[in-house]
Order: sequence, then structure tokens, then C-alpha cells
Amino acid sequence: MAKINVRLGSRGDQFRARDLFREAAAGIDARPGRLFLTILGTVLGIASVVVTVGLAQTASGQIARQFDAVAVTQAMAEPGTTRSGWGPAQPVAAIPWDSDIRAGRIAGVEAAGLFASVSLQGEVITALPVNDPSQPMPASPPLFAASAGLLDAVRGYTTAGRFFDAGHDARADRVVVLGARAAERLGVSRVERQPSIFIGDRSYTVIGIIDGMQRRTDLIDGVIVPMGTARANFGLQAPEQVHMRIAVGAGPVIAEQVPIALLPNAPDNVRVQVPVLGSTMRDNIQADINVIFLALGAVALLVGGLGIANVTLLSVMERVGEIGLRRALGARRRDIGAQFMLESVAVGLLGGLIGAALGVAVVVVASAAQAWTPILDTVVVLASALGGGVIGLVAGVYPALKAASVEPITALRGGL
Amino acid sequence: MTVLDLFPPEAPAEFVPEPAIRPAVVELRQVARVFPGDPPVHALRPSNLVVADGDYLSIVGPSGSGKSTLLNLLGLLDRPTSGEYLLDGVPTGQASEAQRSALRGGRIGFVFQQFHLLPHRSVLENVLLATTYSGVPRKERRQRALAALDRVHLSHRLHFLPTLLSGGERQRVAIARAVVTAPQVLLADEPTGNLDTTTSDGVMDLFDELHRDGLTLIVITHDLSVSGRAERRVRITDGNLSEID
Ligand SMILES: Nc1ncnc2c1ncn2[C@@H]1O[C@H](COP(=O)(O)OP(=O)(O)OP(=O)(O)O)[C@@H](O)[C@H]1O
Ligand SMILES: [Mg+2]
Repeated sequence: MAKINVRLGSRGDQFRARDLFREAAAGIDARPGRLFLTILGTVLGIASVVVTVGLAQTASGQIARQFDAVAVTQAMAEPGTTRSGWGPAQPVAAIPWDSDIRAGRIAGVEAAGLFASVSLQGEVITALPVNDPSQPMPASPPLFAASAGLLDAVRGYTTAGRFFDAGHDARADRVVVLGARAAERLGVSRVERQPSIFIGDRSYTVIGIIDGMQRRTDLIDGVIVPMGTARANFGLQAPEQVHMRIAVGAGPVIAEQVPIALLPNAPDNVRVQVPVLGSTMRDNIQADINVIFLALGAVALLVGGLGIANVTLLSVMERVGEIGLRRALGARRRDIGAQFMLESVAVGLLGGLIGAALGVAVVVVASAAQAWTPILDTVVVLASALGGGVIGLVAGVYPALKAASVEPITALRGGL
Repeated sequence: MTVLDLFPPEAPAEFVPEPAIRPAVVELRQVARVFPGDPPVHALRPSNLVVADGDYLSIVGPSGSGKSTLLNLLGLLDRPTSGEYLLDGVPTGQASEAQRSALRGGRIGFVFQQFHLLPHRSVLENVLLATTYSGVPRKERRQRALAALDRVHLSHRLHFLPTLLSGGERQRVAIARAVVTAPQVLLADEPTGNLDTTTSDGVMDLFDELHRDGLTLIVITHDLSVSGRAERRVRITDGNLSEID
């Protein structure tokens, strides 16, 4: 038989991460029944956090849907005005011609378009050229200017033909789009044959008729030209307003970012209207529920952490003999500490994963019962699962220190 | 193995004298252990002991005479209150806790009266456990554990849990675990204390075989038939060490 009393050549493969994971896994694996009780608190804590956040998100989505969808998803920016003396309010600054593009880049803005009302300077808009100056002037529909994105931004739609595109705007084409009532008044109902109307004595081709526009209902009565055309032919100085269709809940962010996007040097000169009412109300409804649930979750997590700490400590006490043996076999204090630490983290992580899964299930079932659409941030779910690991980490510190401080002789005196 | 291996980064090679002859595996110089208390317990009075490579030593003495105290000191599980202990020629008094752990893992094998096997791990896993802490290269671990179990005639019980084994078999697993790391010295505290006469003889036969293969053995016992197997016998009474000729 070969002599196994061979001298060690190298101290290469010391107790490393791989051994550590194996030992920790075996430690957890040894007592499956106890594991269930250990993680229960963490499971419930993490689950209640996920349920709270999930139901809050789901409910806010639901409440937003119940509100007038237009009211909570519409925003508008315009230059601030001065009110010096007795005259009419004057804009303090001009917003740039590409304000719609600048606003459109902000996250949460889904569509943006420019709006301006244009002075006719005494001219009238008619279906036919005015050739008898002795006739009394008919009342003219108002003239507006818009950029290509406005129709979408104010929730309008075309009932005939089409709206402008950026090309019409850039070329200052002599084209118009008619509001539905203005079209009626001017006797235009179809646009296939490219009818013309006259602004003063110049003819403009009608390319479309629009309706809807819940945010600027006056457009229904008006005649709309592209921004570029208004600038070239009617001396428009600057756009008046930027209308935006925004994501639910994006209001506060947009109120903050739009002024900087439009007038980086003087953001104070931009006034923004964002939906406030809806979200504040929603927040008030949710705040109470959230506080209660999160408080419950926090208590459960505390209990969960204490549970892990307790059981890990108990397991340290029970395994004093094992610790002594490992120390006799060459384990350093830190090897022992790391092993119990890892066991605690793994147990916490397991609790976190199960808790997060349970929470998601509860949110889905509760939403289904209410016929709501469940909304749950995956980041929240993953963070909650990891949170279990963090609880395990915190809970493991004391037991791990305790295990590391076990004296091998005392430990070996007892059995295993 | 030289001192170099013990303190690799700190000790430059030129300052380490290469011993001409092999140093004693164990050398106690006026080592004493006093447990504080009122009155203090002199568990081991200042004693000298030299155990050479390949020695087979038994330590006998009545209960409470300091046998376990001595073995704990030899096993680096405890520190002496005075004196110097050289393991393989290396003074251990100044060694850090981590260095002492490394020495335990690499140079000392323990066999205990209560076996100390992990109940939820198989026989093979229990033996492998010793290799994880002692720096046995990962590739060699399994093969060496199998060889050690073969050495104690337990190759047919590799995947049994220790709870299913007889006392004698358990102690043989513990011996396999102690020798798998190829220690310089095997320390056994009452290895037959929990065994009947026949199984105890089996274990002692195994010790004889290991001794023949060149292993240095120090066995504590109060059983005279066990101590009779050793080449050298040391008696300890009230903490005083004396060699029996
Ligand atoms: N940690 C300690 N603190 C105080 N006294 C101790 C301690 N450990 C051991 N002793 C005492 O030291 C003396 C020697 O103890 P030791 O365990 O070495 O005896 P032993 O020879 O191994 O006895 P046994 O054969 O019964 O195992 C005893 O009187 C014991 O009470
Ligand atoms: Mg004893």
C-alpha cells in the first residue's frame, strides 16, 4: 500500500469561494423544515412590500384611466407675461420656432405642436375673392398658425384630406387646413379637388378638414396655416404656445424640464400648465393606503430579519462542535464567519425571491378580481428579492461574529 | 518542507537557515499551562518533551491530570502560558491565529474520542472536508480521500452517513480524515474511549500500520493495553510529565 504520509508541496488551494459556497449550501440543506420557518418572516415582509407597491401602481393606473384622460395627459407651455401699466399683458420673451421639437425630446412628452393666432390685419377669409368693394365685408373666421405636430398634441383628427407636414411648414406653402365649422361656413366639404379659399386676395389650397381638438376647441372655427407660412406671409413673430400630449404622471417632470428646454438662458420666462389636480388627488387617496401597508411590510421585514438572526444564532449554538472541528481542521476564524454569513444571506435571498413571487401573485389575483390591469415595475420586484438578501446580510452579522469567536477547545469538549 | 513554507512573504530566503538534520516534529521547552481562577489551576507544569519524526508516543495518566490540556497545546488549539513550543522546528509562540490555523490544517491530524463526524455528510464528504481547509490541490482532493479511506479499509462505505456506521467504523473515518492531509503528526485523544475491546484493537492495529508507514503518533489514553502498543510512554500526574522506561 502506498504511503500517504506525503509532505504537502504547495499551499495552493486554500479554502476558497467554491468551498465556502458548498459548505454554506450544505449547512442550509441539512435542515429543510427549519428553513421554512426561518424564511417565513422575510417572505411575508417582502411580499407585503411588493403588494403595496404593486397595488399602488395598479390603482394609480386605474385612477388615471377613470379621470378625464385628456385632463391628465395634456400640457401647455407659453411665454410668461408682464402686467405693467394698464395695457394688455405682454409676453416677456419669445419662445423659439423649434419649441415643439425641443419639447418633444423630453421623456414623457408623447406629441408636441406649436400654436399661434395670426392677425389678419383687416383682411378677411372668404371662399371666393372679394371683387365688389361696395359689398359689406362678411365676418371672417379667425386665422391660426400651427406646426405639423399640433393636431396630434391637441387630440384633433382629420375628417377629410390631411394635416400639414414639416415640408409645408419649411417651404411656407400656401396651404390651409380648415376647422370643421369654418369649413362648413366657407362651404368646403371635400378636398379631393383641392379647393381654394382666399385670405384677402391671395388664394390658399385647402388640404384638409379637422375636428376634435379638445384642448383648443377654437380651432374648429378657424382657418389654420403652417407656422412657416404665417411667418412668411403674415409677419408672425413667434409661436404663442407649445401644446403637448404627455404620459400619465409625467406632469411634474415636464413642468420642470420644458422651460429649460425652451429657454435655457431664461427658463423663468416660460409658464407651463401641467395636470395637477388628477395626480394630487390620486396621491392623496394612495398615500394613506401606502403608509399603512409599508409600515406593515417594515414590521414584517424586521420580524423576518430577527427570525433569520435568531435561527442562525441557534444554528451556531447547535453547531459549536462542528465549528470546533472545522477550526481543528485548519479553518480560520474568518472562514467560519463567512460560512455562517453566507448561509444567512442565502436564506434571506431565498425568502426575498419567494416573497417577491408571492407578492406578484397577490397583485395579479387582486387586480383580476377588480378587473384592473395589474401594473408592477420589474425593478421593484427584483429589488425586493435582493432586499431579502440584504436582510440576511444584516441578520447574519451577529451570528457570524459569534461563530467566528468560538474557541476550538471549548467547542470540541462537547459532542457534534 | 521548510520554514519558508510557513511564512512565505515575510521571510527572505537568505535568512532562513537550512537545518542540517531534521528537527524534532514536536519540541516542548518548559511549556506550562495555568488556567486562571481562584486558586489558579496548574493543568500543565513547566515540562520538556521531544518527539522525533516517526515516533509513536502514548500519554497516560489519571482523569484530570492534564492529558487533554497537553494535547490541546500540541495541537495548537490552545496557547501555553509560558515556555516555547516548536512544531517541526518552527516556534509557534509568536504565530498569528491565521498561521496557527494553517499549521493545524497542514501539519496536524486530530482524532477525538467522540469522532466528531458531520452527521449530515457522507463518509467521503467528511474526509474531503479536511482537504478543503488544508491546501490540498483541488484536483488531488478526491483521489487522496479515496486513498485515505482505502487505507482504513472503508472503501465499501464511501456514501454512508456516519450515523449508520458502527463506532469502530466511525473512528476509522475520523482517522482517514486525519491522515488525508498528510500531517507531520497525528494527535489522538482517547481514540478508543468510546469503543469496546475488539473494535478498539482494530483501531490500534490501524495505528500500528500508520506508524510503520512513518507517521508520527501521539496517543492519549488511560487504557494500559492501548498505551502498551506505543514505543514510548509518557506519564502525566497532576500536570507533571515523566517518561516511563
Ligand atoms: N478551561 C479550563 N479552565 C479551568 N480549568 C481547566 C480548564 N480546562 C481544564 N481544566 C482543569 O485542568 C485539569 C486538567 O484537565 P484535562 O482536561 O487536561 O484532564 P484530562 O487528563 O484530559 O482528564 P480526562 O482523562 O478526564 O479527560 C483539570 O483539573 C481540569 O479541571
Ligand atoms: Mg481529557
